[in-house]
Parts: sequence; C-alpha cells; structure tokens
Amino acid sequence: MTAGTGAGTKVGTGAGSARRHHLGSTEIVYLALVGILVIAGVLVAVRGGNLFAQGNVSYMLTQTSLLGFVAVGQTLVVLCRSLDLSVGYVVALCSLIGATTMAGDPSRVWLGVVAALAVAAGVGLVNGLIISALRVNAFIATLGMGLIVKGFLDTRFKGPEGEVPLAFQTFGYTRIGPVPVSTIVMLLVAAAAFVLLTRTRAGYHMFAVGGNLDVARLSGVRTGRTLVLAHVLCSLCAGVAGLLIAARFGTGNALVYSYGLDLDSIAAVVLGGTLLFGGRGSVVGTVGGVAILAVLDTAFNVLDVNPFFKDVLRGVIIIAAVALYARRQIDPASRRVRFGTKGSAARGGDVA
Amino acid sequence: MTLTAETSRSTARQWRERLLSGGSWTVLALLVVVLVVIVVINPSFAEPVSLMAFAKKAAPLVVLAVGQYFVIVSGEFDLSVGSLVGAQVVIAARLMDGDEALTWPVLGLMLVFGLLVGLVNGLVTTLLRVPSFITTLGMMLVLFGAIRLWTGGAPTGALSESFRVLGRKGFPDVPGQFQVPYALLVALVVVGFAVLLMRRPFGRSLVAAGDNAVATAYSGASVWWLRTRAFLLSSFLATVAAVLIGGFAGVTAQVGQGLEFMAITAVVLGGVALGGGRGTVVAAMVGALALEALFTLFNQLALPSTIRPAVQGVIIIVAVAYAARRRRT
Amino acid sequence: MRPIRALLAGTAAAGLLLLTACTTDAPTEQPPAAEKSAAEEEPAESGAESEWFVQEDYDRELAQRDVEPEGPADQPWLQAIEPEYVDTADFAGEGGTSEGGDKTLCFSNASVSNPWRVTGWITMQQQVEVLQEEGVIGEFRVSDAADDDNKQISDIQAFVEAGDCDAIVISPSTTATLTPAVEAACESGTPVIVFDRGVNTDCMVTFIHPIGGYAYGAVGAEFLVDNLDPGATVLALRILPGVDVLEHRWAAADKVFSESDIDVVGVEFTGGDGAKIKDLVTQYLQRGEIDGIWMDAGDGAVAAVEAFEDAGQPYPVFVGEDEMSFLRKWDETGMTAIGNVYSNFQWRTPILAAQMIWAGEEVPSEWVLPQEPVVQEDLADFLEANADMPSLHYAKFGGEDLPGYPEAWTDR
Repeated sequence: MTAGTGAGTKVGTGAGSARRHHLGSTEIVYLALVGILVIAGVLVAVRGGNLFAQGNVSYMLTQTSLLGFVAVGQTLVVLCRSLDLSVGYVVALCSLIGATTMAGDPSRVWLGVVAALAVAAGVGLVNGLIISALRVNAFIATLGMGLIVKGFLDTRFKGPEGEVPLAFQTFGYTRIGPVPVSTIVMLLVAAAAFVLLTRTRAGYHMFAVGGNLDVARLSGVRTGRTLVLAHVLCSLCAGVAGLLIAARFGTGNALVYSYGLDLDSIAAVVLGGTLLFGGRGSVVGTVGGVAILAVLDTAFNVLDVNPFFKDVLRGVIIIAAVALYARRQIDPASRRVRFGTKGSAARGGDVA
Repeated sequence: MTLTAETSRSTARQWRERLLSGGSWTVLALLVVVLVVIVVINPSFAEPVSLMAFAKKAAPLVVLAVGQYFVIVSGEFDLSVGSLVGAQVVIAARLMDGDEALTWPVLGLMLVFGLLVGLVNGLVTTLLRVPSFITTLGMMLVLFGAIRLWTGGAPTGALSESFRVLGRKGFPDVPGQFQVPYALLVALVVVGFAVLLMRRPFGRSLVAAGDNAVATAYSGASVWWLRTRAFLLSSFLATVAAVLIGGFAGVTAQVGQGLEFMAITAVVLGGVALGGGRGTVVAAMVGALALEALFTLFNQLALPSTIRPAVQGVIIIVAVAYAARRRRT
Repeated sequence: MRPIRALLAGTAAAGLLLLTACTTDAPTEQPPAAEKSAAEEEPAESGAESEWFVQEDYDRELAQRDVEPEGPADQPWLQAIEPEYVDTADFAGEGGTSEGGDKTLCFSNASVSNPWRVTGWITMQQQVEVLQEEGVIGEFRVSDAADDDNKQISDIQAFVEAGDCDAIVISPSTTATLTPAVEAACESGTPVIVFDRGVNTDCMVTFIHPIGGYAYGAVGAEFLVDNLDPGATVLALRILPGVDVLEHRWAAADKVFSESDIDVVGVEFTGGDGAKIKDLVTQYLQRGEIDGIWMDAGDGAVAAVEAFEDAGQPYPVFVGEDEMSFLRKWDETGMTAIGNVYSNFQWRTPILAAQMIWAGEEVPSEWVLPQEPVVQEDLADFLEANADMPSLHYAKFGGEDLPGYPEAWTDR
C-alpha cells in the first residue's frame, strides 16, 4: 500500500521461508488455517457435529479445488504486480468450449481439453500483450477482456451447452478416500507453480518484475515476456478450472462467471500472504489461503449459518487476516530477514 | 495578419497534439465522437428534453466517479461504493417507510453511516496497512451481507416522495417538458466543489501522496490522514449518489450492483492513472459521461443486449491503450 | 516507437475480434448432442427464434391453464393438474434416524438472492415449523448455494454422504448442471423432492412446479395482443439470458407476438435493476411511443411505469408480476395491466410432499401446481389481503393460514 514499504527491496522469498528463524507469512497462513480449523471444529462439536467427519472433509477439499486452480494462477500474475479480473469469464468460457467440443463422445475428450486450454492460453496471451505492450493497466485490461468474453458467451451460448462424456465426469466426481481427484490435480498444478517460482529462471523473473519493474528491466530481465508468461499461465489455470466445472456439471455453463471467482481468487492469494503489490509471496501460501476459505465455507454450512451472515464474516475475516500479515510486514525484524533472503534467492537464481 | 495566422496555426497544432498525445484529451474526444454519432443516428437526442434526461441518468455515475477519483489519485481503490449505494438506498427505504416526516432525519443518518464506512475503509487501509483493494473488497462483502441480513434478504419499506425529489424531479416540474433535473445541479455542485478542493493544498498533497507517498511524508504532510480523507469523500459521494439513484428509480433488490467497476472504469477512461498521482477530476467526470454516452449509443444502435459488454470491453481497452501511448517512452 | 504502438493497438483489437470469431466456429462444427433435439424440433417458421422453444411443451403448458386442478380449492399448494400418482409405500417408515416422527428433512436451496425466493423461503420455514410442532419433522437442515451450481452439487453430495436425511428437497440452481448430483441423490435411496426449476431426469419421487415458463410468457403476451391495437409497439424487458425458466417465458411470448400484429421494438436485459430499467424505457420513449411493456419477471416494474410518468406519456398496457409494489402502482394509476404469477406458494408444497411420502401416501410424480395471473377483477382482493406486506412481497405466497402470519412476512 504505502509505496514506502521498501519497494526496491522486495525480492522473492518463496524458496527461502523455511530457512528463517521466525515466522514468515506462509507460516502465519498455515497457523491461521490451523487456528480456524480448531475454532470451527470446536464450534461444530458444541453443536453435536463433527467437522472432520469424512463427508465434511471431502466437502472441504472439493471446495478447495475450483478456487484453488484459479488462485494458483492468480498468484503468478499478482507476484508480477499485475492482476486478472477476467478469470471468472475464462472459467465459464472453457467449461463451454470443453463441453461442446467433447459433445458426449469419449474419444473427443482430449480434443475438448486441448481446445479449452488453447482458448484459455489465447485469452491469457492477449491479456499479457495488452498489459505489457500497450501499457494498459492490468485492472482495466482484464476487466475489459472479461467484458469481451462475457459478451461472446451471452451472445453465442443461450444457456448450458455441450455434453461431457462420463469418462471425463470422473475428473469431477471421483474420490480416493475422502480426497477428490480434482483436489489432487489442483495440488499438482500448485506444485508445478511452486517449482516454476522457486527453481526456474522464469520464476525468479516474476519476483523481480513484481518487486521493481524498472530495476528488473535494467538488470536484463525481459519484463514484457515474463508478464505475458504469467498471464498465459494464469489463464491456463482458469482453463483447467473450467474443465473441472464441465466435468462436475456434465455440461458447460456461462453463468459460472457470476460466482465471483475473480475477486475470490484475489482474496485467496492475498490471504495466502502474497503482496498485492507484487514481488513477494508463494503458491504454498495461496493454497493455504484457499484452504482457509474452504474451511470457512464448510463450517458455515455445517453450522447452518445464514447465507448473508456468511458474507459479513468472510469480509471481516479477509480484512482481519490481511491486517495481521501487514503488521508483520512492517515489523523491522522481518525487514532485516528480507535482506537476508534476497541474497539466498539471488544465489538460487545463479544455480538455476 | 501573418502573425495571427501563425498563432492560430500554432494553437491548432497545440490542440492537435493535445488530442493525439493521449491522457485526458482522448476521453473528451471519445465523448464528443460518441455524442455526435448518437445525434446523427437519432437527431432527437440533441433536443433539450433528451439531453436533460441523459444528464439525469448520468449524474449519479459522475458523482461516484468524482468520489472514486479522490481515492484513485491518492493511490488507492474503493471497491465498496456499489455495495454502499445499495446499502444506503435500502437503509433509507426501511427506516423512512414512505413517511415524509422522517426524510431529513434518515438523510442525516445515511450521512453518518456513509462517513463511518469511509472512516473504517480509510483507517484500515492506512493504519492497519491492509491494501485498499482488500479493505474495500471486504467492506463490499460486509455491506452486501449485513444489509440483507437486516432486511431478511429483500428490501422492505419505501422511499418518501420528498426523498425522491432530487433524483427524479427537476424544475419546472412538468412531466415530459423541458426541465433542468435537480440531479444535474447536484452533479455540477459536486464537480465544482471537487475542482476547488483539488486546487487547495489538500488536493495538491493528495496527488503528491499518490505519486510518491514517501516524498510527501518527508515534506511534512500526513499521508494516512490525506488518504483517509479521500475515503471519507468517496463514501460521502457514494451516499449522495445513493440519494440520486434511489430517487431516480426507487428501491429494487439489485440497486447499486456493479457500480464500483463502472466508477473505476469511468475514472481510468478519464486518463487518471490507477496507482495514483496523475489525472484531473474534470477528466474523471468526462470519463463518466463518456461511459454513459456509450451505453446510450448502444441503445440507439439497437445493438443486441448480449453483445454490448464485448463492445464496451474493446472500447475501454483501446481508449486506455491509446491514452497510454506516449506516457512512458 | 509511436507507430509501433498504434500498430500493436490495432492488431490487438483485431486479434480480440478474431479470437471471438474463431471460437465461434469450434462449437458449431459439432452441435452439442444435448441441445440438438431441442434445436431441431423447432420449425424455422415458428417465429420463436429462441433455441429454447419446444413446441410440445408450449402446447401442453398452454392447455394446462384451462385444466381444472385436482385437490382442495382453498389450498392451491396442494392442488395438482393432471396428476399421475406414484406409490411411496416403500419410503414409509423406512430408513432414517427414527420411525414415524422426528424425521430429518434436508433442503438444498439454490439461493435466496431475489425477493421472490426470499418470500417463498419464509413461507417454507413457516410450514416446517408447523410440522416440527406436530412432531413430523425433527431437524430441518439447509444448505444455501448462493447461486453457485458447483457448491450446490457439493451440498447435495454432503447430504447423501451424511446418510441421515429422511428426505432431500432440492431447488436446483440450473437445470442441466444439477442433473448428475440429483441422480446420485436418487440412487442413495432417500426420497428426493425437486421443486421450482427442474432437472433432466425423472428419478426423483416428485417434481413440483407451477405450470411453467411458457404459460407465464404466453399469458402476458396474449394480454398485450388482446388489449392493444394491431401495429402497437411493445418493449420486452428481461432479467438475464441463459436461465431456462426465464428463456421459456420469452420463447413463448416471442411466439405469441410473432403470430400477431404487435411490433416488438426492443428486447433488453436489465438484471432487474430499477435504475437501468428506467433509463432504458426513458430512451425508448424518446425515440417513439411505447404502447405495451412485457416483463419476464416483475422486478423493477414500478421503475418502468415511472419512466412513462416522468416522460409525460400515457401509461402503457403493462405485464408485471404479483409483486406488491407493482400491484399497488397498478391500482394507484388505474392502468390496464396484468400481474403474472409464478406461484410462490410452491415453496410450501415440498414440505407437505415429504410428509405425505413418509406417511406412504401417493404423490403426483410430476406435481403441476396451478398458476393463475392476478387480473383487474381480483386486484382489490389481493391488495386488501396483503395490505401490511412489504413492497417486494408476492401476493400469491399462500401462507395466510400458517401460524406465523402475518408477522413472519412483515417483520423479517
């Protein structure tokens, strides 16, 4: 928020958090998650229920997967000091592209997946180019792109369309024990993003671009290319989420765009400790942030909380949690650590 | 003779360069082009009655855009204004329930409530250092839920006739004839007041805080209080907009939805930089007018309802890209 | 540098349009199987260009309007049109936590995101309270999906998994997308009751709904045709695209208009937002006269009427809904109007159906409730009966005999 929080010194910490002596933001996220789990568990127990019953656990995990895909992608763009407000529309678009291309034919499943992901990547590419080459602010660029996709969806599709073969519906419904396959896939995608950010040059560049665009450019980072890559990956993640929707619904549905995935995913990313102003954060934190929201959803559901009260609580909890992290980020002690990890991140970069 | 020709030529060049150089002039050009196209398609739009109807409709967005301008130019966002407009209209309807005598007390209460929301937004953002995107997103959820919790899900009550005068009526008060809507006067007052405010030290410091908060702090200004005041202004103007919108169309369950994005789009269309420090309040107003004119144009073109968002998306991206052309080379 | 930028801007804009164009082709190459039948059945000359139009359903619904429903006349929520009963003896006293009483009723609600659903939801809760006091229902467990199909699927799965629901009531958020989840619920052996919007399966014990969208849309359109001169202009105001119940309303109205001499000057999506409605109507009035307004749902109808007042134009012939604010405006202005009804009292029926199923009484497999519009003759009665009700209340809510009346609806 304040430009004074040391804009020039923010460099990646995703890799180095484990090496710290005291709590980094990712640890706080997971502490908060545990805290919320305990409180929710006790509240449910008082009412005579069990939050950790298999049904509730799988409900919780199912709730993580859809938002998880979108939020992991969103993390990449937020790290680059960008954001993507078009993800909800991309999810809806890809659910329809996937379902209509599959058209109920099991042999066309792969075609559907490829078509949906190709379209998603295309939208991400355009987003990235508008932002980096045309210098349109990401907020407006992706808001505008969202409107464009919405116009296309409303004009072209008159409601749910397409048919997903049963073979692909298993992606939405199969579970291994209490763990849905979709959650496992989401975690794999998150792991891939984690590796990207902590082990590859492109990942370091994302931190650099988000930390300080000018410094990154002067250091020889191809900032435009990095930003475009982040947006393409973000849209791809949204595309996977769209395929998940198609698998769960057995068809594509345009109205998915009204679920509020855009703002929810940004909330999850920030809840996960990633700075909205880029350059600092981690996918691991985002997964924690998504889990916090899913635990809240499940607990509200089991406790039969009034749906409007849920909104109030969500709003308060999001603000409170971010206020908590923000306090740590202005703590002078953590600032020293940031200088420390800057060095380690740079070394990591040399190795890669 | 030659001298005047030279001067006029150079002024013409200046104007051309201004128009081509992007920034706030782009949006003015956009507004003019859109209005001209509307008039060409439907000459009756240029009649005073139609223009006044347009002004009445556009006034709330202008007011909201001015409020959003203060926040954006100081380097922040206010996503809560749409929910706040909705909340205020519903509060007003429920509390006054059509009773004329309660109009002024309820207006007073709305003012207090609006300022309270602004104060919370501002203090959480500045003192607790929560990014304003998140603060106001949270506030949006809280207001949305709380207001429905309070009314059981759907608005109850009714707005009094005197409450609705500002948004609905004008003078002379003859339906269907030429009238100057009160909403237009409110919007003009708001814009005038905003222009004056931006010329005062407060306005200059606000822009400075958006441009470089650290330098502004070193220069002795208290950045947190500047920004908090911006949020107070935004919430206050959202309350004014609520009075206009509630007056214009009464209470519906959907009132206010999506207005935050409209207001931000209007401000950015006006060439005000997200992230702060650049742009004028008049340009924000022109942005709001351009956006409303665009909606009117879609209607006049009888463009299918469903394709409109796509065209809107293309136009705002292209307009902002065009305005951004030379900014940072 | 500058020309490059301009070029980029141009290509980007062109790219955007191309992108939209390209993706348009992909689906049309392979028409989706699910929609194919509906699209093909529709003869091109019907005039109803909507791919939602199904002649067969349209004819049936229009015929059902004239059928005398079976059941008690003073309790329309228990009436049924042309019922085909199914035996529920298998469910009587079977399964669940307890025999013969204190059953657990689970309800997966799509949302309470509009006033119509809010009104119905209050009515349903009041009905549940009655049965709770009678000892029929023990626990009433509710999940609200907030219009999120994905969440509703999880909600239904959670009910099935919990295993202690004695009946599951579902008000689906979207017809097509909830089908797999409802099928899974049916397979669990628990009696499933679906109401309001349907699903593409008949596995549930009973599907409760008023006559339907075609009848709703046609009633309004026919009213306009009957009350307007040939060549009259009508503006259609719709909420949003892509929702089947709303699409059916428009498909039917479109069909009726296309077979008449009515000139439909515009079809607009408003989101039910009063400000948008008033602005749109005002603009149409600037361009020419509007003789009639057709709405697919009554939200914001008053704003549309006000647009005529503020423009100094005579009132149009108006198709609204049985929402109190509109009925009051109608009465106040004395205009020619009809209050369409999508029977709100249907929210009571699923609860009573659950009771019947537990008792082993037979229920209609498709329980079609009556759906009669509010007309001028009975306007005064409805206004008087609902005099204390809030403006966004629905006249045909059917809860007058419940113990919570009227406070539950007035002081919410």
